[in-house]
Amino acid sequence: MGKLIVSLSPHAHGNDSVERNMYGVIIALMPALLVSFYFFGLGSVVVTATSVAACVFFEWAISKYILKQQRNTVLDGSAILTGLLLAFNLPSNLPVWIIIIGALFAIGVAKMTFGGLGNNLFNPALVGRAALLVAFPAQMTTWPKVGQLGSYLDAETGATPLAVMKEAIKSGDPMVLNDLPSSLNLFLGNHPDGAGAMGEICALALIIGLIFMLWRKIITWHIPVSIIATVFVCAALLHMANPVYADPVSVILSGGLMLGAIFMATDYVTSPMTPKGQLIYGVAIGLLTVIIRNWGAYPEGMSFAILIMNAFTPLINNYVKPKRFGEVPAKK
Amino acid sequence: MNIKTFSIGGIHPEENKLTHEALTQVAALPKQAIFPLSQHIGAPAVPVVQKGDKVKVGTMIADAGGFVSAPIFSSVSGTVFKVDSAIDATGYRKPAIIINVEGDEWEESIDRSDKLETVKAHPELTPEEIVNRVKIAGVTGMGGAGFPTFIKLTPPPTAKAECVIINAVECEPYITADFRLMMEKADEILVGLELLMIAAKVTTGYIGIETNKPAAIELLTKKCAEAFADTNYHVEVVPLKQRYPQGGEKQLVDAVIQRQVPAPPAIPVNVGAIVQNVGTAYAVYEAVMKHKPLFERYTTVTGKRLLNPGNFLVRMGTPMQDLIDACGGMPEGDNKLLAGGPMMGKALTSTEVPICKGTNSVTILSDDEARRKESQPCIRCAKCVSACPMGLEPYLLAKISEVKNWERAEREDIVSCIECGSCQFTCPAHRPLLDNIRQGKATVMGIIRSRAAKK
Repeated sequence: MGKLIVSLSPHAHGNDSVERNMYGVIIALMPALLVSFYFFGLGSVVVTATSVAACVFFEWAISKYILKQQRNTVLDGSAILTGLLLAFNLPSNLPVWIIIIGALFAIGVAKMTFGGLGNNLFNPALVGRAALLVAFPAQMTTWPKVGQLGSYLDAETGATPLAVMKEAIKSGDPMVLNDLPSSLNLFLGNHPDGAGAMGEICALALIIGLIFMLWRKIITWHIPVSIIATVFVCAALLHMANPVYADPVSVILSGGLMLGAIFMATDYVTSPMTPKGQLIYGVAIGLLTVIIRNWGAYPEGMSFAILIMNAFTPLINNYVKPKRFGEVPAKK
Repeated sequence: MNIKTFSIGGIHPEENKLTHEALTQVAALPKQAIFPLSQHIGAPAVPVVQKGDKVKVGTMIADAGGFVSAPIFSSVSGTVFKVDSAIDATGYRKPAIIINVEGDEWEESIDRSDKLETVKAHPELTPEEIVNRVKIAGVTGMGGAGFPTFIKLTPPPTAKAECVIINAVECEPYITADFRLMMEKADEILVGLELLMIAAKVTTGYIGIETNKPAAIELLTKKCAEAFADTNYHVEVVPLKQRYPQGGEKQLVDAVIQRQVPAPPAIPVNVGAIVQNVGTAYAVYEAVMKHKPLFERYTTVTGKRLLNPGNFLVRMGTPMQDLIDACGGMPEGDNKLLAGGPMMGKALTSTEVPICKGTNSVTILSDDEARRKESQPCIRCAKCVSACPMGLEPYLLAKISEVKNWERAEREDIVSCIECGSCQFTCPAHRPLLDNIRQGKATVMGIIRSRAAKK
């Protein structure tokens, strides 16, 4: 007879794994990735491949030679995911060497410095993007137009919907907003003059990813819904008060809002642990996004809003507790 | 119809009810029976026999060792071999009485007939009489924890019982002993429930059954309608949505009557409920109506690689090896032997551990099922927080227990943990969350006790 194995209960496991979740998010990103190939062609392929390869390489190298981890984390899918999300935040005409610097910041500075997967305070992909935005402001704020399938560095650039909205606010002339694509085109990403970061162009593809992640129980609705709803409500109020602010539907379908709300703010490691905390986090990201978009220096505020709230996540975790079973309301 | 369940957290483990349809067999008598003196929560029982004493089936061999305690009765006839120690479910050698089996001679006071005794025919049964008979028969909770039943029936004066809830949930994977008992002894269970209601001085009773046992729901609903038709009792079978840990006392009360028991030291009767396992209801029937002390029980012997898994009516004290042999022997290779199911069962260090009052199952996990996977860093996915049925934050409790921050652990309500294992079951990183939480909980409870003692 063999040995008797002894351990404490539970002796069953639900067979969920880190890999299942990471690769699940990667699958959820596929519609948006295919759409970005469709709209940005060669440039999009080069940027994605570079970003993913660089992120995976840095993860592997740092894990092996600097942290000397016994279990190399490169296969858990988190580095691939960071690479994809970083690429989604970049213009499709960004030179390879800049992307590599971005990947080094994302994996090296934002993730591995803190001890690797699970320990980072800030979303790695967004740190990569923010670092590039500061270091290469010109390259990071010009966005290629869609439909130039064969071009990469030479792609023609255009104004993003958010730039149009910012222009309307600056000039005080609501007529500027007539340059915006229709809501349907923003939803599908199908606007010939449209421009933007690779992954944010088609809201529909991102929403398909959201539905997939909700179905597979990878994330819950709290963060994406609270962000989108907050931005929508604020935009509606501003639009009613003054027509130089764009209509709420265009606002939520433009820029990185969907990408950020669905894929960036929901990053496990850097978002709060309780549903209540997640709602607070989501609403705060929504408010910060509206403030930065309308009154800040940059047309897009999503990534900064998320990074700012990442910093508040430990505080939220400390103060916001789930409702305990049988909790009796404190007597007044 | 909106099927009820508890309100926070919970998981859906794979059912694996392999022995659902297997009729209960009477297990063979062992050659030697082992009776650990600590089969219940509370003080160990105190031996009242010596080496060489002759005993019969139903002879008391150890008396209650305190108020929270229960006597132990021999399940076999024969000679006391020794009063010594034996390995029990904890893995340690603990005091035990060992009896060599000779024949099968029962105490004459026990009514061995199959005749159904009804409460109507026994007007002498006052609440006090029922509680006393339950007490002297050594009846303890049959669901696993093993709390002496008579104590639950006499709630503290600060609390008032309003209903009895029969726990027939059996939410642990693999186990089917309660289901078989319901299918085979429904009438007796309902008399047992009536006795419990009389003892608790209530007229409302509920039987909570998960919807994966439609046959039991149907049978008991029908029997309830017959048995309680012209009485002033209100008894209802409550179908519950399948979800672990619904069989946890607090979760069951929440599911059935939508009341949440506050944090410890509160117990279900503080919200008006007395919860008894369906096996306990049957044991109460036998103790009160048949004068039969608690010495045998329904136990499932199961495992995916076991040749003939089944349900057994087992004399307590029977070594598990006997039952495993009756099912075709231990599977080849390394196995994990559990007293109980895979969620809350105890892994045993020996196949000679006997069946005790609370052993509802002998579960054998083989191959990959028997081993844990390597743990990875926490990715802070918060799935443990969603799974926790007590509204706690398992990742945090495990972490602060690991760094031995006991003050913080107490502040974060670690003592509310019911050790159901939902967090660890859910954890994608395979972290040993409950191992750490358990250690933290035990330490914090010790600190609380010593603080109370100083006052």
